[in-house]
Amino acid sequence: MRTIQIKDITEAVADMCMKAGAELPGDVYARLQQAKEKETSPTAREILRQLLENADMAKKTRLPLCQDCGIAVLFVEVGDDVRIEGGNIREAVNAGVRKGYAEGYLRKSVCDPFTRANTGDNTPAVIHFDAVPGDKLRIVFLAKGGGCENMSRVTMLAPAQGWEGVKRFVINRVADAGANPCPPTIVGVGVGGAFDRAAELAEKALTRRLDDIHPNPDIAAKEKELETALNKLGVGPMGLGGETTVLGVKIAAEPCHLACLPLAVNIQCHSHRRKEVVL
Amino acid sequence: MAEYKLTTPLTDDDVIQLRAGDVVLLSGVIYSARDAAHKKLCELLETGKAPPFKLQGAVIYYVDPSPAPPDRPIGSAGPTTSYRMDFFAPRVYSYGLKASIGKGKRNGETRKAMRDYKAVYFGAAGGAGALLSSSIVESQVIAFDELGPEAIREMKVKDFPVLVINDAHGGELYAAPDLKAAGAE
Ligand code: SF4
Repeated sequence: MRTIQIKDITEAVADMCMKAGAELPGDVYARLQQAKEKETSPTAREILRQLLENADMAKKTRLPLCQDCGIAVLFVEVGDDVRIEGGNIREAVNAGVRKGYAEGYLRKSVCDPFTRANTGDNTPAVIHFDAVPGDKLRIVFLAKGGGCENMSRVTMLAPAQGWEGVKRFVINRVADAGANPCPPTIVGVGVGGAFDRAAELAEKALTRRLDDIHPNPDIAAKEKELETALNKLGVGPMGLGGETTVLGVKIAAEPCHLACLPLAVNIQCHSHRRKEVVL
Repeated sequence: MAEYKLTTPLTDDDVIQLRAGDVVLLSGVIYSARDAAHKKLCELLETGKAPPFKLQGAVIYYVDPSPAPPDRPIGSAGPTTSYRMDFFAPRVYSYGLKASIGKGKRNGETRKAMRDYKAVYFGAAGGAGALLSSSIVESQVIAFDELGPEAIREMKVKDFPVLVINDAHGGELYAAPDLKAAGAE
Protein backbone atom coordinates (compact mmCIF):
# COMPACT_ATOMS: atom_id res chain seq x y z
CA MET A 1 0.00 0.00 0.00
CA ARG A 2 1.19 3.46 -0.88
CA THR A 3 -0.25 6.44 0.90
CA ILE A 4 -1.05 9.63 -0.96
CA GLN A 5 -1.94 12.75 0.96
CA ILE A 6 -5.12 14.51 -0.09
CA LYS A 7 -3.43 17.92 -0.16
CA ASP A 8 -0.96 16.65 -2.76
CA ILE A 9 -3.89 15.80 -5.02
CA THR A 10 -5.31 19.31 -4.65
CA GLU A 11 -1.92 20.88 -5.41
CA ALA A 12 -1.37 18.66 -8.45
CA VAL A 13 -4.80 19.48 -9.89
CA ALA A 14 -4.35 23.23 -9.33
CA ASP A 15 -0.99 23.09 -11.07
CA MET A 16 -2.44 21.15 -14.03
CA CYS A 17 -5.28 23.67 -14.51
CA MET A 18 -2.83 26.58 -14.59
CA LYS A 19 -0.28 24.93 -16.86
CA ALA A 20 -2.87 23.56 -19.27
CA GLY A 21 -4.50 27.00 -19.50
CA ALA A 22 -1.36 28.67 -20.81
CA GLU A 23 0.70 25.91 -22.46
CA LEU A 24 -0.39 24.15 -25.62
CA PRO A 25 0.79 20.50 -25.51
CA GLY A 26 3.91 19.92 -27.65
CA ASP A 27 2.24 17.33 -29.89
CA VAL A 28 -0.59 19.76 -30.72
CA TYR A 29 1.86 22.59 -31.40
CA ALA A 30 3.85 20.29 -33.72
CA ARG A 31 0.69 19.30 -35.65
CA LEU A 32 -0.23 22.97 -36.13
CA GLN A 33 3.26 23.62 -37.47
CA GLN A 34 3.06 20.68 -39.89
CA ALA A 35 -0.37 21.85 -41.04
CA LYS A 36 0.94 25.35 -41.70
CA GLU A 37 3.72 23.96 -43.89
CA LYS A 38 1.26 21.84 -45.85
CA GLU A 39 -1.49 24.40 -46.46
CA THR A 40 -1.50 26.11 -49.83
CA SER A 41 -4.21 28.69 -49.08
CA PRO A 42 -2.69 31.95 -47.79
CA THR A 43 -5.67 32.52 -45.46
CA ALA A 44 -5.31 29.06 -43.90
CA ARG A 45 -1.58 29.60 -43.45
CA GLU A 46 -2.16 33.00 -41.86
CA ILE A 47 -4.72 31.61 -39.38
CA LEU A 48 -2.37 28.78 -38.41
CA ARG A 49 0.45 31.29 -38.02
CA GLN A 50 -1.76 33.30 -35.64
CA LEU A 51 -2.60 30.19 -33.62
CA LEU A 52 1.09 29.35 -33.23
CA GLU A 53 1.91 32.94 -32.29
CA ASN A 54 -0.96 32.81 -29.80
CA ALA A 55 0.53 29.69 -28.20
CA ASP A 56 3.97 31.33 -28.00
CA MET A 57 2.49 34.44 -26.45
CA ALA A 58 0.39 32.54 -23.90
CA LYS A 59 3.44 30.57 -22.81
CA LYS A 60 5.46 33.73 -22.37
CA THR A 61 2.86 35.99 -20.75
CA ARG A 62 0.94 33.22 -18.92
CA LEU A 63 -2.28 34.65 -20.36
CA PRO A 64 -4.74 31.84 -21.06
CA LEU A 65 -4.51 30.39 -24.60
CA CYS A 66 -8.21 31.11 -24.95
CA GLN A 67 -10.55 33.26 -22.88
CA ASP A 68 -12.88 30.27 -22.58
CA CYS A 69 -10.89 28.25 -20.09
CA GLY A 70 -13.53 25.58 -20.21
CA ILE A 71 -15.34 23.33 -17.82
CA ALA A 72 -12.75 21.14 -16.08
CA VAL A 73 -12.95 17.45 -16.97
CA LEU A 74 -10.75 15.03 -15.05
CA PHE A 75 -10.07 11.35 -15.46
CA VAL A 76 -8.83 9.94 -12.16
CA GLU A 77 -7.39 6.42 -12.09
CA VAL A 78 -6.82 5.11 -8.59
CA GLY A 79 -4.45 2.17 -8.22
CA ASP A 80 -5.66 -0.77 -6.11
CA ASP A 81 -2.66 -0.40 -3.85
CA VAL A 82 -3.16 3.29 -3.16
CA ARG A 83 -4.52 4.57 0.11
CA ILE A 84 -5.70 8.16 0.18
CA GLU A 85 -5.27 9.94 3.47
CA GLY A 86 -6.69 13.14 4.85
CA GLY A 87 -10.03 13.60 3.13
CA ASN A 88 -12.32 12.94 0.20
CA ILE A 89 -10.81 12.65 -3.25
CA ARG A 90 -13.70 14.31 -5.13
CA GLU A 91 -13.51 17.31 -2.80
CA ALA A 92 -9.73 17.42 -3.20
CA VAL A 93 -10.01 17.52 -6.99
CA ASN A 94 -12.64 20.26 -6.87
CA ALA A 95 -10.49 22.23 -4.43
CA GLY A 96 -7.63 21.97 -6.92
CA VAL A 97 -9.82 23.26 -9.76
CA ARG A 98 -11.00 26.14 -7.56
CA LYS A 99 -7.42 27.07 -6.68
CA GLY A 100 -6.01 26.67 -10.19
CA TYR A 101 -8.73 28.74 -11.87
CA ALA A 102 -8.41 31.52 -9.28
CA GLU A 103 -4.62 31.74 -9.18
CA GLY A 104 -4.17 31.23 -12.91
CA TYR A 105 -6.56 34.09 -13.79
CA LEU A 106 -8.62 31.56 -15.72
CA ARG A 107 -12.22 32.33 -16.64
CA LYS A 108 -14.89 30.71 -14.51
CA SER A 109 -17.51 29.41 -16.89
CA VAL A 110 -19.64 27.02 -14.81
CA CYS A 111 -23.22 28.01 -14.02
CA ASP A 112 -26.56 26.65 -12.87
CA PRO A 113 -28.33 25.10 -15.88
CA PHE A 114 -31.63 26.86 -15.21
CA THR A 115 -30.92 30.15 -13.41
CA ARG A 116 -27.58 30.49 -15.29
CA ALA A 117 -26.05 31.88 -12.07
CA ASN A 118 -22.27 31.40 -12.18
CA THR A 119 -20.93 29.15 -9.40
CA GLY A 120 -18.03 31.60 -9.18
CA ASP A 121 -15.12 29.17 -9.00
CA ASN A 122 -15.49 26.88 -12.04
CA THR A 123 -16.63 23.96 -9.89
CA PRO A 124 -18.06 21.39 -9.83
CA ALA A 125 -15.63 19.71 -12.22
CA VAL A 126 -16.70 16.70 -14.26
CA ILE A 127 -14.78 13.83 -12.69
CA HIS A 128 -14.54 10.27 -14.02
CA PHE A 129 -13.11 7.77 -11.52
CA ASP A 130 -11.65 4.44 -12.47
CA ALA A 131 -10.08 1.63 -10.42
CA VAL A 132 -6.88 0.22 -11.96
CA PRO A 133 -4.13 -2.17 -10.85
CA GLY A 134 -0.95 -0.75 -9.31
CA ASP A 135 0.12 1.74 -6.68
CA LYS A 136 -0.17 4.96 -8.65
CA LEU A 137 -2.75 7.68 -8.94
CA ARG A 138 -3.04 9.07 -12.48
CA ILE A 139 -5.01 12.21 -13.26
CA VAL A 140 -5.65 13.60 -16.74
CA PHE A 141 -7.12 17.07 -17.06
CA LEU A 142 -9.00 18.40 -20.07
CA ALA A 143 -10.56 21.86 -20.40
CA LYS A 144 -13.67 21.73 -22.56
CA GLY A 145 -14.71 25.05 -24.06
CA GLY A 146 -18.33 25.83 -24.89
CA GLY A 147 -17.82 26.41 -28.61
CA CYS A 148 -16.62 22.89 -29.36
CA GLU A 149 -18.64 21.21 -26.61
CA ASN A 150 -21.86 22.52 -28.21
CA MET A 151 -20.92 20.80 -31.48
CA SER A 152 -20.54 17.36 -29.85
CA ARG A 153 -23.27 14.71 -30.16
CA VAL A 154 -24.39 11.27 -28.98
CA THR A 155 -26.53 9.03 -31.17
CA MET A 156 -27.76 5.43 -31.22
CA LEU A 157 -27.19 3.90 -34.64
CA ALA A 158 -28.77 0.66 -35.83
CA PRO A 159 -26.20 -2.17 -35.80
CA ALA A 160 -26.76 -2.64 -39.55
CA GLN A 161 -25.33 0.84 -40.18
CA GLY A 162 -21.93 -0.42 -39.06
CA TRP A 163 -18.64 1.37 -39.72
CA GLU A 164 -20.07 3.13 -42.78
CA GLY A 165 -22.81 4.61 -40.59
CA VAL A 166 -20.28 5.68 -37.99
CA LYS A 167 -18.16 7.37 -40.62
CA ARG A 168 -21.09 9.14 -42.20
CA PHE A 169 -22.29 10.47 -38.85
CA VAL A 170 -18.86 11.76 -37.81
CA ILE A 171 -18.22 13.43 -41.17
CA ASN A 172 -21.61 15.13 -41.18
CA ARG A 173 -21.11 16.29 -37.60
CA VAL A 174 -17.78 17.94 -38.39
CA ALA A 175 -19.24 19.44 -41.58
CA ASP A 176 -22.28 20.88 -39.76
CA ALA A 177 -20.10 22.22 -36.97
CA GLY A 178 -18.25 24.33 -39.54
CA ALA A 179 -16.37 27.23 -38.02
CA ASN A 180 -18.14 27.05 -34.63
CA PRO A 181 -15.77 24.72 -32.73
CA CYS A 182 -12.62 26.63 -33.79
CA PRO A 183 -11.18 24.27 -36.39
CA PRO A 184 -8.74 22.65 -36.85
CA THR A 185 -10.28 20.36 -34.25
CA ILE A 186 -9.45 17.05 -32.64
CA VAL A 187 -12.27 14.54 -32.90
CA GLY A 188 -12.90 12.01 -30.14
CA VAL A 189 -15.11 9.13 -31.24
CA GLY A 190 -16.69 6.76 -28.71
CA VAL A 191 -18.21 3.58 -30.11
CA GLY A 192 -20.03 0.93 -28.10
CA GLY A 193 -20.63 0.61 -24.38
CA ALA A 194 -24.04 2.11 -23.73
CA PHE A 195 -25.63 5.54 -24.29
CA ASP A 196 -23.72 7.19 -21.43
CA ARG A 197 -20.56 5.16 -21.84
CA ALA A 198 -20.13 6.11 -25.51
CA ALA A 199 -19.95 9.77 -24.50
CA GLU A 200 -17.37 8.98 -21.83
CA LEU A 201 -15.32 6.95 -24.31
CA ALA A 202 -15.35 9.79 -26.84
CA GLU A 203 -14.05 12.16 -24.20
CA LYS A 204 -11.49 9.71 -22.91
CA ALA A 205 -10.19 9.23 -26.46
CA LEU A 206 -9.18 12.90 -26.35
CA THR A 207 -6.78 12.25 -23.48
CA ARG A 208 -4.44 10.42 -25.86
CA ARG A 209 -1.51 12.27 -27.42
CA LEU A 210 -1.98 13.18 -31.08
CA ASP A 211 1.13 11.27 -32.08
CA ASP A 212 0.24 7.99 -30.41
CA ILE A 213 -1.00 5.09 -32.49
CA HIS A 214 -3.92 2.94 -31.33
CA PRO A 215 -2.64 -0.49 -30.19
CA ASN A 216 -5.37 -2.23 -32.20
CA PRO A 217 -4.24 -1.98 -35.87
CA ASP A 218 -7.82 -2.13 -37.14
CA ILE A 219 -8.84 0.88 -35.04
CA ALA A 220 -5.59 2.67 -35.90
CA ALA A 221 -6.51 2.28 -39.59
CA LYS A 222 -10.03 3.55 -38.95
CA GLU A 223 -8.63 6.65 -37.22
CA LYS A 224 -6.45 7.38 -40.25
CA GLU A 225 -9.33 6.74 -42.65
CA LEU A 226 -11.57 9.20 -40.80
CA GLU A 227 -8.83 11.80 -40.50
CA THR A 228 -8.17 11.68 -44.25
CA ALA A 229 -11.89 11.91 -45.07
CA LEU A 230 -12.47 14.81 -42.68
CA ASN A 231 -9.57 16.77 -44.12
CA LYS A 232 -11.21 16.55 -47.52
CA LEU A 233 -14.23 18.50 -46.26
CA GLY A 234 -12.43 21.77 -46.88
CA VAL A 235 -13.75 23.44 -43.71
CA GLY A 236 -10.19 24.48 -42.89
CA PRO A 237 -8.74 26.69 -40.14
CA MET A 238 -11.42 28.99 -38.72
CA GLY A 239 -13.83 27.55 -41.32
CA LEU A 240 -12.24 29.61 -44.09
CA GLY A 241 -11.21 26.70 -46.29
CA GLY A 242 -8.08 24.60 -46.46
CA GLU A 243 -6.74 21.13 -46.01
CA THR A 244 -6.64 21.17 -42.22
CA THR A 245 -10.09 20.63 -40.77
CA VAL A 246 -8.90 18.21 -38.07
CA LEU A 247 -5.54 17.70 -36.38
CA GLY A 248 -6.40 14.14 -35.46
CA VAL A 249 -9.10 11.55 -34.81
CA LYS A 250 -9.03 9.33 -31.73
CA ILE A 251 -11.37 6.37 -31.38
CA ALA A 252 -12.23 4.43 -28.22
CA ALA A 253 -14.38 1.32 -28.67
CA GLU A 254 -15.96 -1.20 -26.30
CA PRO A 255 -18.44 -4.07 -26.61
CA CYS A 256 -22.10 -3.03 -26.54
CA HIS A 257 -25.61 -4.57 -26.45
CA LEU A 258 -26.32 -6.68 -29.55
CA ALA A 259 -29.30 -4.49 -30.49
CA CYS A 260 -27.36 -1.23 -30.25
CA LEU A 261 -24.55 0.74 -31.83
CA PRO A 262 -23.95 3.69 -29.49
CA LEU A 263 -21.85 6.45 -30.99
CA ALA A 264 -20.54 9.70 -29.54
CA VAL A 265 -18.55 12.43 -31.23
CA ASN A 266 -16.69 14.78 -28.92
CA ILE A 267 -15.21 17.71 -30.78
CA GLN A 268 -12.26 19.43 -29.18
CA CYS A 269 -10.87 22.70 -30.51
CA HIS A 270 -7.24 23.27 -31.49
CA SER A 271 -6.85 24.90 -28.07
CA HIS A 272 -6.51 21.40 -26.64
CA ARG A 273 -5.85 22.06 -22.97
CA ARG A 274 -4.69 18.64 -21.80
CA LYS A 275 -2.38 17.77 -18.93
CA GLU A 276 -1.45 14.61 -17.09
CA VAL A 277 0.08 13.85 -13.73
CA VAL A 278 1.02 10.59 -12.03
CA LEU A 279 1.31 10.61 -8.24
CA MET B 1 -8.88 40.79 -50.90
CA ALA B 2 -8.23 44.36 -49.90
CA GLU B 3 -6.90 45.63 -46.60
CA TYR B 4 -8.47 48.55 -44.72
CA LYS B 5 -7.76 50.51 -41.59
CA LEU B 6 -11.02 51.71 -40.04
CA THR B 7 -11.80 53.76 -36.96
CA THR B 8 -15.03 53.53 -34.98
CA PRO B 9 -17.78 54.69 -35.03
CA LEU B 10 -18.24 53.27 -38.54
CA THR B 11 -20.17 55.11 -41.23
CA ASP B 12 -22.27 53.66 -44.06
CA ASP B 13 -19.42 54.52 -46.44
CA ASP B 14 -16.90 52.62 -44.28
CA VAL B 15 -19.06 49.53 -44.44
CA ILE B 16 -20.31 49.61 -48.03
CA GLN B 17 -16.80 49.43 -49.50
CA LEU B 18 -16.05 46.15 -47.70
CA ARG B 19 -16.31 42.76 -49.41
CA ALA B 20 -16.23 39.26 -47.88
CA GLY B 21 -12.58 38.26 -47.54
CA ASP B 22 -11.22 41.75 -46.92
CA VAL B 23 -8.87 42.25 -43.98
CA VAL B 24 -9.67 45.12 -41.61
CA LEU B 25 -7.57 46.59 -38.82
CA LEU B 26 -10.02 48.21 -36.42
CA SER B 27 -9.17 51.07 -34.10
CA GLY B 28 -11.26 53.10 -31.69
CA VAL B 29 -13.91 52.00 -29.21
CA ILE B 30 -15.81 48.72 -29.46
CA TYR B 31 -18.24 47.10 -27.00
CA SER B 32 -18.35 43.57 -25.66
CA ALA B 33 -21.68 41.77 -25.31
CA ARG B 34 -22.78 38.17 -25.43
CA ASP B 35 -25.94 36.14 -24.72
CA ALA B 36 -27.13 37.60 -21.42
CA ALA B 37 -26.10 41.18 -22.28
CA HIS B 38 -27.93 40.96 -25.62
CA LYS B 39 -31.08 39.82 -23.86
CA LYS B 40 -30.91 42.82 -21.52
CA LEU B 41 -30.03 45.19 -24.33
CA CYS B 42 -33.08 44.08 -26.32
CA GLU B 43 -35.32 44.43 -23.25
CA LEU B 44 -34.19 48.07 -22.96
CA LEU B 45 -34.82 48.72 -26.66
CA GLU B 46 -38.24 47.05 -26.48
CA THR B 47 -39.38 49.30 -23.64
CA GLY B 48 -38.08 52.43 -25.34
CA LYS B 49 -35.21 52.97 -22.88
CA ALA B 50 -31.77 54.19 -23.92
CA PRO B 51 -29.11 51.53 -24.48
CA PRO B 52 -25.91 51.86 -22.36
CA PHE B 53 -23.93 53.02 -25.41
CA LYS B 54 -24.77 54.63 -28.74
CA LEU B 55 -25.70 51.89 -31.20
CA GLN B 56 -25.49 54.12 -34.29
CA GLY B 57 -22.19 53.27 -35.96
CA ALA B 58 -21.15 50.95 -33.14
CA VAL B 59 -19.19 47.70 -33.28
CA ILE B 60 -20.07 44.87 -30.88
CA TYR B 61 -17.52 42.19 -30.07
CA TYR B 62 -18.95 38.84 -28.94
CA VAL B 63 -16.43 38.22 -26.21
CA ASP B 64 -16.26 37.33 -22.55
CA PRO B 65 -12.60 37.78 -21.59
CA SER B 66 -10.71 35.91 -18.91
CA PRO B 67 -9.87 37.95 -15.76
CA ALA B 68 -7.24 40.65 -16.27
CA PRO B 69 -3.96 39.86 -14.52
CA PRO B 70 -2.62 42.79 -12.45
CA ASP B 71 -0.24 44.01 -15.16
CA ARG B 72 -2.61 43.99 -18.17
CA PRO B 73 -5.75 45.89 -19.24
CA ILE B 74 -7.61 42.67 -20.04
CA GLY B 75 -7.16 38.90 -19.98
CA SER B 76 -7.37 36.62 -22.97
CA ALA B 77 -10.04 37.97 -25.35
CA GLY B 78 -10.96 35.98 -28.45
CA PRO B 79 -14.38 35.69 -30.11
CA THR B 80 -17.22 33.47 -28.93
CA THR B 81 -19.57 31.57 -31.29
CA SER B 82 -21.96 34.03 -32.94
CA TYR B 83 -25.07 31.96 -33.72
CA ARG B 84 -26.22 32.28 -30.11
CA MET B 85 -26.57 36.04 -30.68
CA ASP B 86 -28.70 35.52 -33.80
CA PHE B 87 -31.79 35.59 -31.58
CA PHE B 88 -31.10 39.28 -30.97
CA ALA B 89 -28.78 40.47 -33.73
CA PRO B 90 -31.38 41.57 -36.36
CA ARG B 91 -32.97 43.88 -33.79
CA VAL B 92 -29.63 45.36 -32.73
CA TYR B 93 -28.56 45.91 -36.35
CA SER B 94 -31.88 47.71 -36.94
CA TYR B 95 -30.82 50.29 -34.34
CA GLY B 96 -27.71 51.23 -36.31
CA LEU B 97 -25.08 48.69 -35.28
CA LYS B 98 -22.55 48.63 -38.15
CA ALA B 99 -20.57 45.52 -37.32
CA SER B 100 -20.33 42.55 -35.00
CA ILE B 101 -17.21 40.47 -34.39
CA GLY B 102 -17.37 36.76 -33.61
CA LYS B 103 -16.79 33.33 -35.08
CA GLY B 104 -19.01 30.91 -36.99
CA LYS B 105 -21.93 31.19 -39.37
CA ARG B 106 -24.87 33.61 -38.96
CA ASN B 107 -28.47 32.65 -39.69
CA GLY B 108 -30.59 33.91 -42.61
CA GLU B 109 -32.36 36.63 -40.62
CA THR B 110 -29.11 38.12 -39.39
CA ARG B 111 -27.62 38.05 -42.89
CA LYS B 112 -30.75 39.76 -44.21
CA ALA B 113 -30.52 42.41 -41.48
CA MET B 114 -26.94 43.16 -42.56
CA ARG B 115 -28.10 43.74 -46.13
CA ASP B 116 -31.13 45.80 -45.08
CA TYR B 117 -29.26 48.05 -42.64
CA LYS B 118 -25.87 48.20 -44.41
CA ALA B 119 -23.79 46.38 -41.88
CA VAL B 120 -21.17 43.64 -41.74
CA TYR B 121 -20.02 40.66 -39.72
CA PHE B 122 -16.34 40.29 -38.95
CA GLY B 123 -14.55 37.11 -37.92
CA ALA B 124 -11.59 37.09 -35.55
CA ALA B 125 -9.32 34.08 -35.05
CA GLY B 126 -11.17 31.76 -32.66
CA GLY B 127 -8.91 30.49 -29.93
CA ALA B 128 -6.29 33.20 -30.37
CA GLY B 129 -7.42 35.10 -27.27
CA ALA B 130 -3.97 35.83 -25.90
CA LEU B 131 -2.79 37.26 -29.21
CA LEU B 132 -5.97 39.29 -29.82
CA SER B 133 -5.80 40.79 -26.32
CA SER B 134 -2.59 42.55 -27.34
CA SER B 135 -4.66 44.80 -29.65
CA ILE B 136 -6.90 45.90 -26.76
CA VAL B 137 -5.34 48.85 -24.94
CA GLU B 138 -8.06 49.73 -22.44
CA SER B 139 -11.12 48.00 -21.07
CA GLN B 140 -13.78 48.92 -18.53
CA VAL B 141 -17.22 47.63 -17.58
CA ILE B 142 -19.89 50.21 -18.46
CA ALA B 143 -23.17 48.35 -17.95
CA PHE B 144 -24.89 45.25 -16.56
CA ASP B 145 -22.29 44.83 -13.83
CA GLU B 146 -24.53 42.18 -12.28
CA LEU B 147 -23.74 39.85 -15.19
CA GLY B 148 -20.18 39.40 -13.94
CA PRO B 149 -17.91 38.25 -16.77
CA GLU B 150 -20.77 38.81 -19.24
CA ALA B 151 -21.15 42.53 -18.43
CA ILE B 152 -20.84 45.08 -21.24
CA ARG B 153 -17.32 46.44 -21.59
CA GLU B 154 -16.08 49.45 -23.46
CA MET B 155 -12.78 48.51 -25.05
CA LYS B 156 -10.27 50.71 -26.80
CA VAL B 157 -8.60 48.81 -29.62
CA LYS B 158 -5.64 49.55 -31.85
CA ASP B 159 -5.35 47.73 -35.19
CA PHE B 160 -7.53 44.86 -34.03
CA PRO B 161 -7.29 42.26 -36.87
CA VAL B 162 -10.55 40.96 -38.37
CA LEU B 163 -11.75 39.45 -41.63
CA VAL B 164 -15.00 40.37 -43.38
CA ILE B 165 -17.15 37.20 -43.25
CA ASN B 166 -20.48 38.72 -44.34
CA ASP B 167 -20.53 42.01 -46.24
CA ALA B 168 -23.43 44.44 -46.69
CA HIS B 169 -24.15 43.12 -50.18
CA GLY B 170 -24.93 39.50 -49.33
CA GLY B 171 -21.37 38.23 -49.84
CA GLU B 172 -20.12 35.47 -47.53
CA LEU B 173 -16.68 34.02 -46.94
CA TYR B 174 -17.60 30.63 -45.45
CA ALA B 175 -17.75 27.92 -48.10
CA ALA B 176 -20.03 24.88 -47.88
CA PRO B 177 -18.20 21.74 -46.72
CA ASP B 178 -17.50 19.22 -49.49
CA LEU B 179 -19.36 16.11 -48.28
CA LYS B 180 -18.83 14.38 -51.60
CA ALA B 181 -15.04 14.65 -51.42
CA ALA B 182 -15.18 13.31 -47.86
CA GLY B 183 -17.24 10.34 -49.04
CA ALA B 184 -20.36 11.07 -46.98
CA GLU B 185 -22.85 12.46 -49.43
S1 SF4 C 1 -13.92 26.39 -29.11
FE1 SF4 C 1 -11.99 26.27 -28.00
S2 SF4 C 1 -10.60 27.75 -28.94
FE2 SF4 C 1 -12.68 28.20 -29.62
S3 SF4 C 1 -13.39 29.77 -28.18
FE3 SF4 C 1 -14.08 27.79 -27.40
S4 SF4 C 1 -12.47 27.10 -26.00
FE4 SF4 C 1 -11.62 28.76 -27.25
